[in-house]
Amino acid sequence: MSGKVFVITSGKGGVGKTTTSANLGMALAAQGRSVALVDADFGLRNLDLLLGLENRIVYNILDVLNGECRLDQALVRDKRQPKLALLPAAQTRDKNSITPAQTRDITSQLAESFEYVLVDCPAGIEQGFKNAIAGAQKAIVVTTPEVSAVRDADRVIGLLEAAGIKDTELIVNRLRPQMVKENNMMSVEDVLEILAIKLLGVVPEDEKVIVTTNRGDPIVLSETPPPAGQAFLNIARRLQGEHVPLMNLEGPPPGLWDRLLSLIRGTK
Amino acid sequence: MIMELLDKFFNRDGKVNTSRNMAKDRLKMVLAYDRTDISPQLMAKMRGELLEVVARYFELEAADLDVQLDREGNTTALIANVPIRRVKQEDE
Repeated sequence: MSGKVFVITSGKGGVGKTTTSANLGMALAAQGRSVALVDADFGLRNLDLLLGLENRIVYNILDVLNGECRLDQALVRDKRQPKLALLPAAQTRDKNSITPAQTRDITSQLAESFEYVLVDCPAGIEQGFKNAIAGAQKAIVVTTPEVSAVRDADRVIGLLEAAGIKDTELIVNRLRPQMVKENNMMSVEDVLEILAIKLLGVVPEDEKVIVTTNRGDPIVLSETPPPAGQAFLNIARRLQGEHVPLMNLEGPPPGLWDRLLSLIRGTK
Repeated sequence: MIMELLDKFFNRDGKVNTSRNMAKDRLKMVLAYDRTDISPQLMAKMRGELLEVVARYFELEAADLDVQLDREGNTTALIANVPIRRVKQEDE
């Protein structure tokens, strides 16, 4: 088998890279795909925690490289979704203890037995970033509608292009439709106009993400997924080539009062 | 006058200083610089030289000009704003 290797990156920290990785991995597995999640954030690993797999780690990626175990021994198989496996990062070492060539070697080995290999990239654009993007055929850039996140996303898009990764798509995370409506947050269109990149999906801000993260159960596993969960499930389907329209995040159509107000204001 | 006020009040001209527009405008400008990778020193030098040239032909409002890089889609533009008082006569 020759699976696809995707890197999930952002430049800026805290925009939701790891949450996106955990949820897309889980969603793809729930939709019947075999998935390997690779935590490339050496020294600051968190993907295990978001997946609720922190207590089941025995070996990590560095042990594989040092020949202390085989690759399949280091993989933590998820019990909820047997098609999902995690390759943990080394927590006690830094980003310089692995090279881009080694990462490429590991991800291509994983692609032999998994349909999707998702690499969770660390924040920043230094060594850890270079490691994580090595061997990726496609990059998923995560941003939020904030000036700092969009600026960093732009930088990362440039670096991905320079590294020869042609297929780059954007996820706008933590969008607050109400704030956009009030002209207090950039809209998805605003962000796309600035970044000039293909949109993969939009994830609304959702408090439930915090609750599910606390529990170690990614939001896509919820029985009736809240909006953010549904958004991740949709993105996972798009990654498989399906055409899934964007969710309506505007809420119900405006009532009489809202329509009157907008008539007065001359906006639509 | 009253209509203008009303327009302003009801935000009819559309392009007002909402924080959303400010975020967008500031980003466009900062990214234009980021992407061209031009140093502030070089910009200052160019600004000085441009001013010198323009001042040869025009009497200027102020001895400074506003030069900015701006970005729209995939093109970057150099925009100079030079308020002038009048054209200098050739014999001056």
